[in-house]
Amino acid sequence: MHELSLADSMVHEIEEIIKKENARKVFSVTVEMGKFSGVEREPFEFAFPIVTEGTPLEDSNLEIEEVQGVVRCSDCRSDTILDIPFIKCGKCNSRNVSFVKGRDFLIKSLEIE
Amino acid sequence: MCLDCGCQEGNKKKYFEHQHDHPHGSHTHTHDKHTHEHSNKQTRILNIEHSVLAKNDTFAQKNRQWLRSKGIVTVNLISSPGSGKTTLLEKTLEKLNGKLECSVIVGDQSTDNDAKRLLDKCQNVFQIETHSSCHINAEQVGNALDAITNDKTQLLFIENVGNLICPAAFDLGEDFKIAILSTTEGEDKPVKYPVIFSDAQIVILTKTDLIPHLDWSFKKCQQSIQQINPGIFTFELSAKTGEGMDAWINYLEKLV
Repeated sequence: MHELSLADSMVHEIEEIIKKENARKVFSVTVEMGKFSGVEREPFEFAFPIVTEGTPLEDSNLEIEEVQGVVRCSDCRSDTILDIPFIKCGKCNSRNVSFVKGRDFLIKSLEIE
Repeated sequence: MCLDCGCQEGNKKKYFEHQHDHPHGSHTHTHDKHTHEHSNKQTRILNIEHSVLAKNDTFAQKNRQWLRSKGIVTVNLISSPGSGKTTLLEKTLEKLNGKLECSVIVGDQSTDNDAKRLLDKCQNVFQIETHSSCHINAEQVGNALDAITNDKTQLLFIENVGNLICPAAFDLGEDFKIAILSTTEGEDKPVKYPVIFSDAQIVILTKTDLIPHLDWSFKKCQQSIQQINPGIFTFELSAKTGEGMDAWINYLEKLV
């Protein structure tokens, strides 16, 4: 259940951001949640209203954009969507791949006032 | 007069039933009889690409720079509870005694039982009690560094909280993440918890002395690990019998 501490971290990060922007209220938060970021959608959604209570994010809308894992193959140079639990190239089946998408957990945009 | 909004057109034209949104023709509405719910908020969209863990990452980077400036190699040991991390560390510290100067940060939700066990083998042990949290964070590690390292320190072990999910997300400033998997956990753990097994630079299979008593296949376990992290090196050992420990110790000596 590290989603609670992640949600808490996110609130602190956003509070810092809106301070710099001279904003007083956040109406919506859009996050990018990589399928391979180790963060689960449901516990994060559960934690969000708890950690935002009494903050400028209270009652804000949480939008989660889930991002598929994408790997780049060093052999055939293709980018393919990852078919968990197999970490390999979806085109040539090579295991010589590295992540290009799906590892990140980012605050993508804020609607602020 | 229009009964709906009070417009003067109503004097000239017969009142008709209409919805709020309706064609106005030449007349206009004043709002003296009712209010429109206009929102006063003036919002703007701020597009950012900001890591949720930016604060932790900053602390981790600070730790990494500090540790590298001191020439200290740091390994972050991550596993399920009960995989044998502390026993492995006890035996490792025993074998490294007189060879390498080691320090240990050990994380548990509660108690300093592990630190007490390890203090017999190493003077520089720091217990982090994480309480409600399921992982160690980089700030906690940074706060411990001064207290448990000195000019001679060469190798720092971080024994993370027993958990295969959360510690994977938190960079602590380590050089290597090592995933530990015991034979009693079944062969398919790496597939079930792919994030940590794909992040790790090394996997250690522990409790190999129990293999004869288990319905456990080395081949299946290796397949599961390689499926998630192709080409990753694994150590197979038993901290209890000492089997396979030498290769692990040699590896650590070469790291420094």
